[in-house]
Order: sequence, then C-alpha cells, then structure tokens
Amino acid sequence: MPLVKNGRITTDLFVRVADGDELPGNGDILISSERFLVDPEALLRRSGKTGVIWPNNRAVDDLVPYLDRLAAVALVFPTFRDGRAYSQARLLRERHGYDGELRAIGQVLRDQFVFMSRAGFDTFEVKKDADADAFAETMKRYSVFYQPTGDGRVTALNRRMQLRHSESAGQ
Amino acid sequence: MYAYDELDRTLINERVSEFRDQVKRRLSGELTEDEFKILRLQNGVYLQLHAYMFRVAIPYGTLSSKQMRRLAHVARRYDRGYGHFTTRQNIQFNWIKLAELPDALAELAEVGIHAMQTSGNNMRNVTSDQWAGVAPGEVEDPRIWSEILRQHTTLHPEFSFLPRKFKIAITASEHDRAAIKIHDIGLRLHKNADGEIGFEVLVGGGLGRTPFIAKTIKPFVHGRDILSYVEAILRVYNQYGRRDNIYKARIKILVHELGIEKFAREVEEEWKQMGHSALTLDHSAIEEVRSRFSYPAYEKLPHMPDELKQAAADPLFERWRKNSVAPHKVQGYSIVTLSLKPVGGPPGDATADQMDAIADLADRYSFGEIRVGHEQNLALPHVAKRDLPQLWRALDRLGLATPNVNLVTDIIACPGLDYCSLANARSIPIAQELTRRFANHDTANMIGRLHINISGCINACGHHHVGHIGILGVEKNGEEFYQITIGGRADENAQMGVLIGPAVPYAEVADVIEDIVEAYLALRDRPEELFVDTVKRLGVEPFKERVYATR
Repeated sequence: MPLVKNGRITTDLFVRVADGDELPGNGDILISSERFLVDPEALLRRSGKTGVIWPNNRAVDDLVPYLDRLAAVALVFPTFRDGRAYSQARLLRERHGYDGELRAIGQVLRDQFVFMSRAGFDTFEVKKDADADAFAETMKRYSVFYQPTGDGRVTALNRRMQLRHSESAGQ
Repeated sequence: MYAYDELDRTLINERVSEFRDQVKRRLSGELTEDEFKILRLQNGVYLQLHAYMFRVAIPYGTLSSKQMRRLAHVARRYDRGYGHFTTRQNIQFNWIKLAELPDALAELAEVGIHAMQTSGNNMRNVTSDQWAGVAPGEVEDPRIWSEILRQHTTLHPEFSFLPRKFKIAITASEHDRAAIKIHDIGLRLHKNADGEIGFEVLVGGGLGRTPFIAKTIKPFVHGRDILSYVEAILRVYNQYGRRDNIYKARIKILVHELGIEKFAREVEEEWKQMGHSALTLDHSAIEEVRSRFSYPAYEKLPHMPDELKQAAADPLFERWRKNSVAPHKVQGYSIVTLSLKPVGGPPGDATADQMDAIADLADRYSFGEIRVGHEQNLALPHVAKRDLPQLWRALDRLGLATPNVNLVTDIIACPGLDYCSLANARSIPIAQELTRRFANHDTANMIGRLHINISGCINACGHHHVGHIGILGVEKNGEEFYQITIGGRADENAQMGVLIGPAVPYAEVADVIEDIVEAYLALRDRPEELFVDTVKRLGVEPFKERVYATR
C-alpha cells in the first residue's frame, strides 16, 4: 500500500508492530493505542520514534498528555463512509496543537484527500496505487473553500471581504 | 435572490469535474459499485427501480426564471420531459443515464445549480419557508442565514461522512411553514430582549420508522454564534451517533438515548471549548452575505386596484384568489401559490413545458423569481395585485390554477412503488384516486384545510406521520396495505398522528378516507373547526367507530 507524505509517494519509515510481537531495539514504530497506553513512558524512552494507531471510537483526550513526544498519530477509517476520524484530526491539530505526522489509514481513496488534508492529515496510506499516483492532481481539484479549518486555506467569505476592503480602499 | 459570485461558480464547476472523474472511474471499473455508491449519493444520484434518479438542490426553495428554464431543459434533454418537486424543496429526475449525468450537471452549473449533498450521509440542502422575505411579520429574511449555512455545510471537511443524513430547516415566522420540528436541526429566528437576532435551536426531529418531534436544545443562540453552535452539535453527533445500525443512526436516536439534557450538556461543553473561533460571524461577514441578496424594486401600488375589483365578479377567479393568493409584506403585492396537484395528477410533478411557461410568467409578473415549498407546490413571490386576473388566466391554461392549496386534494406524496426501490406500496395512484374523489371544489372548500400525506414505506418521505391524515403503505403477504393515522401536523404545534385502526387493502383506502372526512363533517362543532382541531378535541375513537363500524 503506497504511502503519500507531504504530497509525495514515499517509503514508510515506521514499522507497524502487532500487539503480541516483540519491539525492535531501535527504529521507528507504529503501535496500537492499547499497547501504547500500558506503559507510554517506557515506549517514549526508546531510541526510535513512536507512532500510535488511535481507534476512531475513543476520545483523543487520552492521547493528549503524550502528543508533544509522539512522532506520528494514525487515525483509522474502517470504511471510507465512517467519518469519525475527521473530527479527531481537527481536535488534535486545532485544539491540542499537535504538529507531528497525522496519518490516515484504512479505506483511503482519492475522493477523501481534500477533506482529509483540510482536517489536518499530512500522511496517507492509500488503498489503490492509481489514487496515490493521482494525489497531487487530486489536491488541486478545489480552489474554493467555504469553511475555516486549521489548514490555513482562506475561506470564500474572507476572500470576498478582503476584496471588498481593497476595493473600498482604492476609491 | 442570492447572486452567485465567481467563487461560488468556481466551486460548483470544480465539483462537476470531480464527479465527472468519479463516473469515469466507475464506468472503467476502477471504482467498485460499493465505492461509487457513496460517491454518487454525495451528489444526489440514487439507483431506483427502473433507472438512476437524480436529485437537484434548490437551496431554501428559491429559483430564478433562468434556473427554472434550465431545469426544463434538463427534463427534456436528459429525462422524459418532466420533473418531480420534493418535500425538501428539491427537484428529482427519474430517468437519467449515468453516462450523461456529468453533462447534465455541467449545464446546471452554468446557471448556479448543483446537486451537492442532496443525498448521502451528509448535511443536506438547507430548507426554509417558501415565503421567506415576502411574508408579513418575519423577524428578517431567513434566506440570509440559510445561505450562510448552505455555504458552511457544502463540502464540509469534517462532516461529509456522518452516521446518517442530516437536515436543517429555518423559519423566521411565528407560523412555521418550514416544518422545522421534524428536522435534525430546526432553527427559529427571533430577537432576544435586547433586540438582537438569534435562533431558538431545536434538535432531534425526524420521521422514518422512529419518529420524533425536535426538542429545544437552546432557546437563544446569537446570530454571530450560529455556525459554531451548529458545528458543536455536529461534532458531538459525528463522534457519538450510532453507526452499527442504519435505523438508529439519525441524531434523533442519539438525543433520545442520551436524553435532551445530557445531549445539551455535551454540546455546550464542546461549544465552550471552541470558544471564540474563526466560525464567529462578525457584523461585516453577515453583511457580506446579505449584500449578495437582491430584492425587487417594488412599485407604490394601491391595496385594491381596479383590475382586482372588476375580476371579483368572476366566481372562478374569486375561488382561486381566495384559495391560492396570500398577503405580501408590501402593499399592492401578493404571494401566489401554483398548485402542482391537479385532479388525477401525480403530486409535485411539472412538465418541461410547464416549467418554461412558469419561468415566463415569473419574468412577467414576479421579478423573475419562483419558490418551491415543502408541500410540493410552487409560488410566485412578488405578484402585483393588478396582475392577478391575467396571471390566473395564464395559469389556468397551463393547468396550474387548481384552487386546492391546503385543501384535501393538496396531497403530499412520495414517488412510492412506481419508482422507488425502497417502497412497499404505491403512493401516487392513491393520491390520484383521492383527488378524483374530492374533485368537487365546493366540497373540498367546505371541508376546509386538510393535509393528506402519503408514504410508500416506513422511511416516510411523504411525511405521513405529520399529515392531518397520514397514509403509510406496508406490505402484507405480498399485497399492498395502508395504515392510516389522523391528527398529525408539521407546523409550530407539530405532532405525530395516531393510528386509527388496522391497515386496509389498496382498493379500500379512498373509501376509508372518505369515511373519515364524512365523520369529521358530522363531528365538527362548527364549520370553522378544522379537521385537525376536531381530532384534537375528540381523539381518535369517534373516527375509528364510524370508519370501522361497517368493515
């Protein structure tokens, strides 16, 4: 499954370690929330980076104390019709100030890229190769946005008000 | 009318390109039907019994004549020459070919029409009073806020994959014509003690198999905070709404299971954490949207022009005027309802030729503006009273002057088993038969206001629960049966109707309705007592006795 990070297909540096499996001595790992919460401090002391796969039915509040020491949070789309992780992503980015990697995993299709990016995701485990290849093109699909989110894109309303302001200033 | 600017136009064109790509990927097999289903639903495309159905948004029921002509064109070019206006102020086309859909969308986009979020588990078309901006006594034009919400809910990055569909309706009148109490969120514009504009926010209304009347979650939310408050409700719903069972996924179930107090606390908590955010609408932001609405340059006209005095001698004109013409906030003008409920016709249907003719009449008599109401009728919102006689003659020729607005033959009905893959029973032929039974206008007038709502299955697209008489199609041993309720209403005193007795077979429905109406005529204590008030006063029993005594 191709990984798109910061707009490009890239090699995944994180190794996903299943709950029963032994942790590698070093290197970056991606582990489940259950495993992480058993002894977060010990895991965060490892030499490699730590990423956590956070389920979409658990409040992100439990993750907040560790956010500044996590390298990645992966939020789950069990099917692409299940949109809970969009809320989790915005809360992590916009309310809790998380600025590490925010990864979308599960059923990730090109049709979600813009929504996901606007919600704060910067990394995507894309289900289909063709969708990963089309990432850059797909992200250019929209140039107008109605809602303010933490992604910094200027909303239509603000663009209109800026325009109005500059017009009246020019008179 | 709200005038689209370059940004609005760009966005809907971008959506058309995206959908074109999605259709292409489906046709090439790159997308599975399962994947495509969700994507097409996000853009108003259903697979029905015979063909794809295409639902086009008419935000808060306002259309220009130019847009109406384009709808007529789509009906003619891509469909079979007609369209069906729905209970959520949309229009549906029933015979669209998938491969042609992107072109139809592109043609609609040219006149500022789209089909975004007219189905699927997202925020649906925002609906409002079809008389918004022209009805006397409004707090202000609710379309300003409808448009603010339309923009905010369009392609929302957080709430486009909700547990289930989500519908918002807004009214600014004391008399609720937008049925806000049967919506996921109902907004009633009003002013607080300081004269500031805000909303009573209701939540958790809806019909379907588990009907609920919406409850007030907050009596006053200031206008500047309405987006953040709505967003707080949606965030709670997105996270905690049930996704394990499609029949329990609407917000009404969450509100019911948590209780309105606990749900309100969750929302309040989320809302407080949002604090003052980018969602807060300052005065200039609201004014920016307001400035994009244009209003007609009304003339100073007499309250009672000569043309109207002369026409009053014609009893047919008078019958229509008394039934279909309503007061306007500007002296000398009227709001005219165009009945899409001719005797023997399918409720809410209009032919392409009718749509074109309505567009012409709107240009001549209504400043080019047309409205769609949730009762599946149209309206011309700014007709000078002196023009009423001429307009009436034109409408009559078009079959659009049936004087039955709000009467027993002004039936709301879903498409039912004639089109819909979910239906258990037919709706349209029941409606057609009832319009024939009550075709005599004097009788219908004597009966007075009476809303009959028909749904072909428990999903309740025909709003049967809130019909004064509700008719619900069910299937029993492979045959069509109908459950009948009475006493429902969808207005500010909204409530569910009560079942009157055992379901009756298809062939008996019209007889039973006639019996119910006869019972009402015998039971009402004076001619002014409406059907629904008689039911309220006496309960279901006396009706039940009379209807089932001989069965």
